[in-house]
Amino acid sequence: MSEIKKFCYLNRTAPYGTVYAWESLEVVLIGAAFDQDCSLVFVDDGVYQLLKGQDTTDLGIKNFSPTYSALGDYDIKKIYVEKESLEARGLTVDDLQHLVWEDEDDDWAERDSIILVTKNELAKVIDEQDVVLSF
Amino acid sequence: MSTLHTVNKSSYDRNTLETCVSLTTKGSEVILIEDGVYSAVKAGNKASVIANAMGDVNFYVLGPDIKARGLSEDQLIDGIKVVGYSDFVELSVKNDTVSSWL
Amino acid sequence: MKFSIQVNEGPYTHQASVSALNFIKAALAAGHEVFRVFFYHDGVNNGTSYTTPPQDDINIANTWSALAKEHDIDLVVCVAAAQRRGIVDEGEAERNKKSGTNIADGFRISGLGQLIEAGIESDRLVVFGD
Repeated sequence: MSEIKKFCYLNRTAPYGTVYAWESLEVVLIGAAFDQDCSLVFVDDGVYQLLKGQDTTDLGIKNFSPTYSALGDYDIKKIYVEKESLEARGLTVDDLQHLVWEDEDDDWAERDSIILVTKNELAKVIDEQDVVLSF
Repeated sequence: MSTLHTVNKSSYDRNTLETCVSLTTKGSEVILIEDGVYSAVKAGNKASVIANAMGDVNFYVLGPDIKARGLSEDQLIDGIKVVGYSDFVELSVKNDTVSSWL
Repeated sequence: MKFSIQVNEGPYTHQASVSALNFIKAALAAGHEVFRVFFYHDGVNNGTSYTTPPQDDINIANTWSALAKEHDIDLVVCVAAAQRRGIVDEGEAERNKKSGTNIADGFRISGLGQLIEAGIESDRLVVFGD
């Protein structure tokens, strides 16, 4: 059995203007089955992917934002969001979907998946990764 | 763990290099490839992004991309190392992880 | 070392596939192994057999096919991305009732698990994209 690797999914783009946000999420969902140590990172316009209230009806395309709320079921517990990227865009964590995972070691208590990090903290997170997938 | 970061867009077009540099730790290495090489021109007003970070981070620029774009090595920021693809491969071996900023 | 490469963009529009090809050639020349190249997003278009670029320009699809044949490199086109963009092999043509196939020699269509496996099995994964 190979050792578990730290996989990082690096997201810098907004949703809908390009396909990267959705196709990145598809990799995360498949990747979850491989039992690696997964982190998602949202920086720059990537933070827009997590905004609440997305409605694509008038565009006539798929609204894939509900998928983020399923990430907890796929054992994704670490969703790093860069604080400076939110602030630059006039956003706070309250503008984002409330993403959770259930802790089976604590009677399935709900825990927050979103981890708000400063640039310095995020730099260290990225440096620890074995595999960085960019989209 | 050491990371080799790649940046392929000009600082005059995207904020990729600025974001990448802001997320490097001391001892990281950054290689500019494709349109990223334009950021290495010392006369440009974005050259400071690299110059200010050079104390903590090693910067490289891919020679074939410089040449393709009609730039010459003497136009580049002092201290930036021009490398070929075989060096790019060596840098990816020498560091533990490659992180591409797209 | 064992390398895997992810290519996110199609031929010609972005430099990604050419950068990837040049990186791979250098890695092979240095004696490294290239385990897999995984084509995602518009990168699946690298695997089209219908490309006819001008004679005086690089034929990117053919270059991939030749490299794969010479060095036994696994070229994998993501099935989900391929379905969206119309890169079709015989299995996909039959399953989805398409009138023909257009996948280039040396490429195969498979799932995203192949990308994750590449990351697990390789010493280094390098991504080329936009």
